[in-house]
Amino acid sequence: MRQKLLILYVRTPDLKSQVGAWSIYDGTGREHHTTGDSDTPPYNSVFDAMKDGWRVIQFPQQFPAYPGMELSTAYLKFEYILEKLEETRNG
Amino acid sequence: MDKTYLLNSVQMANFAADGLLRFDELIPDDVNREAMREIDEGLIPTHYEEQGQPLDGLWTQSKGFGAMFRLPQVQGIIQSLIGPESLYDHHAFHRVGPGHEEGQTWHADAIIDTRQHFDIQLFYYPHDTPREMGGTMFLPGSHLRRIHETDIGRYQNFLGQLPMVCKAGTLAVGHHGIWHCAQPNTTDKMRYMFKLRLNPTVRQKCLWNTDDLDSPEVGKVLFRNHKWYGNEDRLEYANRIKFWRFLTGNESFDVNYWLTRIENTPERLTAQAA
Repeated sequence: MRQKLLILYVRTPDLKSQVGAWSIYDGTGREHHTTGDSDTPPYNSVFDAMKDGWRVIQFPQQFPAYPGMELSTAYLKFEYILEKLEETRNG
Repeated sequence: MDKTYLLNSVQMANFAADGLLRFDELIPDDVNREAMREIDEGLIPTHYEEQGQPLDGLWTQSKGFGAMFRLPQVQGIIQSLIGPESLYDHHAFHRVGPGHEEGQTWHADAIIDTRQHFDIQLFYYPHDTPREMGGTMFLPGSHLRRIHETDIGRYQNFLGQLPMVCKAGTLAVGHHGIWHCAQPNTTDKMRYMFKLRLNPTVRQKCLWNTDDLDSPEVGKVLFRNHKWYGNEDRLEYANRIKFWRFLTGNESFDVNYWLTRIENTPERLTAQAA
């Protein structure tokens, strides 16, 4: 079994909110993914991906803003990591 | 500087909203051909020139890259954003070889940079760049985010990402903070992109043609959403308003009351409290 990871960045902490950014890392080696390789997300939400068999393995934690940085933006906040385990020729 | 070559306020608002301006086929063919010849014959050094020197003294004999940034149209763009007497920071000939299938990691250049003052980077495409050749992928609206270089390297795709698919002679001008990455080149030809970073030496205040400063279009552009923002769109608007205040020197500028509301901390006592 090999792990395939799907990382979805969504609008709000709500798992049904819209995907704004995404990444795929395929440990089976069957798919090649890199920056800029698609313009539309593979799913509209985390929930849609769950319905297609993806398991959520990490939720984003939420922290209050650091004093003085309330309006600052940096990384995408609501990052959900999902996995599928797939058989390969090597097991 | 002839006003006709300067950017206008709506263009500057676009720069504030997107961190990027694009000028398709701005550079004439003869300059593009000379630029390619300078690459092929090694006439412009690939190593950095002395950093911090005045741009005006750089590559004065060049009919390619030097001529490119001396065009009045390009001088107008540079002067509108960073003013006269700008400094050379560094340059680079970025090349992506034929059959290269891996995209570069998303990044912002240099290091985390918290200034309102900003550098610009010219991204010059001296030959046609179809999608299968790349070119640079930009993320409009990412320039005000406080990240350090490739710390954003886990991301692959964003709604609204913008690949520079363009004809020869196209110039993109970016805020130093914009997120970008080189794209794969699946053709059998080398792809080139020339990058030049410049620093200001004057306060970046109303350097452009401000005749349309009060245009209602400015506020509309500053309020442009980028779908990848998600729930942080309002924070981005707030930061753009702050950036516009810096650019114009108008500390009370606002759009839709976003900053005015949270800056309202009255101290006037009522008669009863006094």
